[in-house]
Amino acid sequence: MNKYECPDCGYIYDETLGAEHEGYPAGTKFDDLPDDFPCPDCFVREKPDFVEQSS
Amino acid sequence: MTENIKKIQTGIQNSGVEDVTADVLEEDSSWIKSKRYWYLTSMILPGVPILSAYIASQTGNGLWLWSMFVVLYAILPLLDHLSGLDAANPSDELMDELGKDRYYVYIMYGATVAHWVALVYMAYVVSSFDFSWFSILGGALSAGIANGLALVAGHELGHKVNDKAQVFCAKLMLACSGYGHFFIEHNKGHHKDVATPEDPATSRFGETIYKFVQREIPGAFRRAWELESARLHRLGKSEWSLSNEIIQPALITITAYTLMLAYFGPVMIPFLAIAAGYGWWQLTCANYVEHYGLMRERDANGRYERCQARHSWNSNHKVSNLVLLHLQRHSDHHAHPTRPYQLLRDYPEVPGLPSGYPWMFAVAMFPSAWFSVMNPMVVNWAEGDMTKVNIDPDVQDEVFKRYHNPKVAKAA
Ligand SMILES: [Zn+2]
Repeated sequence: MNKYECPDCGYIYDETLGAEHEGYPAGTKFDDLPDDFPCPDCFVREKPDFVEQSS
Repeated sequence: MTENIKKIQTGIQNSGVEDVTADVLEEDSSWIKSKRYWYLTSMILPGVPILSAYIASQTGNGLWLWSMFVVLYAILPLLDHLSGLDAANPSDELMDELGKDRYYVYIMYGATVAHWVALVYMAYVVSSFDFSWFSILGGALSAGIANGLALVAGHELGHKVNDKAQVFCAKLMLACSGYGHFFIEHNKGHHKDVATPEDPATSRFGETIYKFVQREIPGAFRRAWELESARLHRLGKSEWSLSNEIIQPALITITAYTLMLAYFGPVMIPFLAIAAGYGWWQLTCANYVEHYGLMRERDANGRYERCQARHSWNSNHKVSNLVLLHLQRHSDHHAHPTRPYQLLRDYPEVPGLPSGYPWMFAVAMFPSAWFSVMNPMVVNWAEGDMTKVNIDPDVQDEVFKRYHNPKVAKAA
């Protein structure tokens, strides 16, 4: 399970947690998110902007 | 003096404001720290309609009910004029300290309570004492202006989506005027489409505020509903469920308004309609002022560039910045939507307004005055190239004939 960080606000998309409130359940792979998936905190960065975190 | 100025980048790469820097002066730190007390204004201002309604009820002089009207259009602009500008920016270290301090959030919780008390108390006073319709109108408009301030605070809280308590208070704040869909529409809609012709919450060059409002209010509601429906559908739920975050605050409003109608009588129908409507109008004024005429450019693929610092109108006026939670540092707000009010920074090169928002709201209501102040500033911003301006299509030809002159602008 990987983690990806929003370059603006620091939100971390953690695949184990998903983004439940936005309708992406726990376990949703980053690759399975739509391309226009916006950061669920700041909403001004999208999936292609996210930076994969080295584990 | 120049030695003490530290030019700092916005701190975060890819922020959309890479090309501007903030000035930080160490000697400003004590002023910035002392602002923690000044921000209590957010809790004190809803006390103005409460106190003035109390005085009106005791003296029988209904003119007191107009208090917030005078505060917004006369006292705040005057204080802004007298107190001047506040360009102080927190240093990175201070930002770290202030950002962690929950005190600033607690002020917002206190303000949430204060705004509901103000609305209910004003409703009680106008219904329980014998005032003329003119005085009741003043009371409703004062409540509406307080509701507008509640929307500013609700805006602040509504951006903190990873904190359930702040989102709950945002819903309560927005529910004062029945505008609960705002935080969805604003976070996911306006911040994405800002400074483009597609955004119903961005005003266009040559568009009067009275025309803008007819596009803004329905457009914002429609966008909120679509965004919320899409979210609920992803969750496998119907949009007609209690998980709908537009329906939740709407239920708060309906419950509260029904109770006020039951206890305070039929005068609540015009009172609440005006108080809610004038609250919405404050938001319309803010949306109208914040990005007037400014437009993001499209890249080769037809995509809009990121929202840059140059796509918002700012003001550093001291008093209105305290009252409006630094909403006027609007470029930084768009660069960092989740940044809390006490941390918002000024950048010297960003588009600036001649006065704080309260006075600009008043000017906006007189379209010819608004155009004469703002149109030359937008033309100047675009360096005479009107293809770069967000223009109302109905006046496009006239505007081009009158203002389009990129060669002259470049030569100058
Ligand atoms: Zn983000």
